[in-house]
Amino acid sequence: MAKKRANVNKNICVACGVCRLECPREAIKIHQGCYALVNEEICVGCGLCQKACPANAIEIKERI
Amino acid sequence: MANKKQKHWYSYLWIWSIIYFALGFFNILFAWLGMIDFILPLVFAIVGGNKWFCNNMCGRGQLFWVLGRNVGCSRRKPAPRWLASKWFRYGFLAFFLTMFGTMIFQTYLVFSGANELRKVVKLFWTFKVPWQWAYSGSIFPDWVAQFSFGFYSLMLTSTLIGLIVMLLYKERTWCTFCPMGTMTQGICKLKSHDK
Ligand code: SF4
Ligand code: SF4
Ligand code: SF4
Repeated sequence: MAKKRANVNKNICVACGVCRLECPREAIKIHQGCYALVNEEICVGCGLCQKACPANAIEIKERI
Repeated sequence: MANKKQKHWYSYLWIWSIIYFALGFFNILFAWLGMIDFILPLVFAIVGGNKWFCNNMCGRGQLFWVLGRNVGCSRRKPAPRWLASKWFRYGFLAFFLTMFGTMIFQTYLVFSGANELRKVVKLFWTFKVPWQWAYSGSIFPDWVAQFSFGFYSLMLTSTLIGLIVMLLYKERTWCTFCPMGTMTQGICKLKSHDK
C-alpha cells in the first residue's frame, strides 16, 4: 500500500479543530490557534480528517 | 468510529446551546448568558494565544457536529471554496460587527429614552418575530431587556445560518466563517511568533 499522509494548507485552515477530533491516531495539533499541524510520523493517511474538514484545507498526499 | 476519545465535561456543552435558546424563549433576560460565548473565546485567544474554546468547548460547534454527524442531518459535501476564503470570512466578520454595533445603538436609544422597548426577535436581520411572552417587566431598566432581544436575535440567526450550512455542506461549515472563529484565529495569528 502506498504510504500516504495528510497535508494541511495553512492559508485555508481556519483552526477549528475538527480534524483533530476526527483523527483516530491523534496525529493533529492546532498550532498556536493558527492552523492544524499534522505529525507525519503518526499519520497513517486514512483521510478521515480530510472528509471532516469544513474548509477543505486538507489533502491526502503520497509520502515522499 | 471504533476509536473513542476520552469525553470531558466540556464535550457536552452542545446541550447548553439548546438550553440557552429554550431559556430565552421563556425569559429573554437569559440572553445575557450568551455573553459568556462571546467573552471566553476572546480571553483564550488574547491570554492564551490559542483557539481552545473552538477546539474543545464551543457548544454551538458541538451541536452542529451532533446533529450533522451523530444524527446524520448533514449531507457532508464540501462547501464552495469562497465560503472559507479570507475575503468572505473577514467580510462576514465586518458585517457581523456592524450588526452588533447597531444592536448596541438600539440598546442605547432605549436607555436614553428615545425609543421604546420592542419585544421582537429579528431573524436574519430582517424578519421580526413577536416574542412578547418572554418579557413582562423586571427589576431591570428597559435597555437591559432591549439588549437581550437584540443579542438573542443575533445568537438565533447565527445558529440558524449554521444549521443551514450544516445541512447543505459539512457538519461544521459554519466554523469556517463564524465571526468568533475568524476573530480568535486572527488574534492568534497576530500573537503567534511563528506564522
Ligand atoms: S478541520 Fe480543516 S480547517 Fe479545521 S483545523 Fe483541521 S485543517 Fe484546519
Ligand atoms: S489522515 Fe488519518 S491519521 Fe492522518 S491526520 Fe488525518 S485523520 Fe489522522
Ligand atoms: S468557529 Fe464559532 S461555532 Fe465554530 S467552534 Fe469556534 S466559536 Fe464555535
